[in-house]
Amino acid sequence: MKRKNVKTIVLTTVCSMAAMAVMTGCGASGGGNNGEVIVYNWGEYIDPETIEMFEEETGIKVVYDEFETNEIMYPKVEAGASSYDVVCPSDYMISKMIENDLLAELNFDNMPNAKENIGEQYYEQSKGFDPENKYSVPYCWGTVGILYNKTMVDEPITCWAQLWDEKYADNILMQDSVRDAFMVAEKLNGFSMNTVDPAELEIAKNSLIEQKPLVQAYVIDQVRDKMIGNEAAIGVIYSGEAIYTQRENPDLEYVIPEEGTNVWIDSWVVLKNAPNKENAEKFIDFMCRPDIAVKNFEYITYSTPNEAARELIEDEDIKNSEIAFPDLSQYDNLEVFVYLGEEGDALYNEMWKEVKSN
Amino acid sequence: MTSKSKWLSTPYVLWSVIFIIIPLGMIFYYGLTDKTGAFTLENIAAIMTAEHAKALWLSILLSFISTVICFLLAYPLAMILANMKVSQHSFIILIFILPMWMNFLLRTLAWQTLLEKTGVINNILTFLHLPNINIINTPYAIILGMVYNFLPFMVIPLYNVLSKIDENVINAAKDLGANNIYTFFRIILPLSIPGIISGITMVFVPALTTFVISTLLGGSKILLIGNVIEQEFTQASNWHLGSGLSIVLMIFIILNMVASAVFDKDGEGAML
Repeated sequence: MKRKNVKTIVLTTVCSMAAMAVMTGCGASGGGNNGEVIVYNWGEYIDPETIEMFEEETGIKVVYDEFETNEIMYPKVEAGASSYDVVCPSDYMISKMIENDLLAELNFDNMPNAKENIGEQYYEQSKGFDPENKYSVPYCWGTVGILYNKTMVDEPITCWAQLWDEKYADNILMQDSVRDAFMVAEKLNGFSMNTVDPAELEIAKNSLIEQKPLVQAYVIDQVRDKMIGNEAAIGVIYSGEAIYTQRENPDLEYVIPEEGTNVWIDSWVVLKNAPNKENAEKFIDFMCRPDIAVKNFEYITYSTPNEAARELIEDEDIKNSEIAFPDLSQYDNLEVFVYLGEEGDALYNEMWKEVKSN
Repeated sequence: MTSKSKWLSTPYVLWSVIFIIIPLGMIFYYGLTDKTGAFTLENIAAIMTAEHAKALWLSILLSFISTVICFLLAYPLAMILANMKVSQHSFIILIFILPMWMNFLLRTLAWQTLLEKTGVINNILTFLHLPNINIINTPYAIILGMVYNFLPFMVIPLYNVLSKIDENVINAAKDLGANNIYTFFRIILPLSIPGIISGITMVFVPALTTFVISTLLGGSKILLIGNVIEQEFTQASNWHLGSGLSIVLMIFIILNMVASAVFDKDGEGAML
């Protein structure tokens, strides 16, 4: 009896999945004269005009979909329920995808723009998660730092430790994502942000619990609006958002904390089971064209690894901005996130829950 | 006749199979297995761990308080509405439902903007030289959000049940010498129990499972059981634990429904 139940459950599940496959299949068929490419990117992470330009120039129809976090993206891609071609995950997620054999090797001969325009140091940096530079083309990069409101603090903010200062109680915005939040506490205590040592994590967790009463809110994208609206004095933010927020509110200042921080790269990758691999490479190459890359940079304000595009930036202040293009060689405590393995992830999630429920 | 009605019901049967039965089956499948696919009760037992139990307890507490507040606000309102002339009350009900034409998320986001430290309400208070209110990112803001969003679900079943009470019954009570208070407690209140139960269910259940209100108005600082489940799915990619905790939550919801079925027996059986 029981066995039969399980069987029917499995059967109905399979049926429903088949139905879904048919539905998505219907949605995906058709397309431009030269087929299509299905892109899965972060929300608000591209100038929509560049997609139109790509469609016009190549006759390839772009099906565009967005995700909010790497963690939401991964199960969808892994399940293969919707067949994406190009995805734009972050560093540690790329290493996870490589490890689980989800990515296709890229043929850089098909992508001259990617080969020539992307700065050598970014490929070098990518080796941390893509050791042979076989799978990924850097799209955006940046640091994680502190954004503070000069009028609301009485001293310059320079380090993570100030996020534990009681005089800023109820004036601190933390990132509401496991890795970013723990990164701050780990750097505060002088640990690697990729540690899986339970003793170190315990200390980091206790730091976060200690900080929690001072935190106004844990937010992701909202940190931008809240800082612009003078809602908090200090916020943990991605460097790419800093330029935008400063444009809206000149009182804001961005710093890379003394204890060191995270340098991240979001890169284009092509999935192993991508139905339109050739078009996918064409899309990536198009995005690496200097005029397109600079258009995207000006729209999203996240630092571009595209050297040729940087040359095209007209605003000298932005071109030489310490926020958008910091000289990373002056810091010796920056780190790239790496994938921690299933157990490591589970440990972090468990501890994050303890912080949140405390 | 019966074959025709069977045929007509096919779309609804199909609908409930695809969108209710199959998803429920999947939740039970994931909830009762581990990553290797072997049967386990661990995901259900996980509710006993300190963080989960605390989140569940907090959810129950906040949704209970919200339900009580909703009831206290809605009952007098429903009575006033039920006693109004038809032309008037349909207008009032329209006003009441009108905000619900706007998306639930947007309305909750609006509360965030209203309640913020430098938000609309505090700006007005400062302008009037009144002390500011500082409830954003606290449990109070979450309760406010719950009450605001779910109040109509309490008002409407109460109104339905109260407007159906035969006026002759009340007049008879008064003829027999009962005063207003006595009439209310012995006639109106007992007769409105089906509506009360229905209203409580429709407020308590969504409040118990919400994660949006606590994220937006609680600043993600207050972890409700809905947040735990949401994070297991979106952040931790642990569908097994997320489903296991959902099953636990379902038990609470079923208990609530059993209670309403029991109370409904001597009522009129009108849920809505």
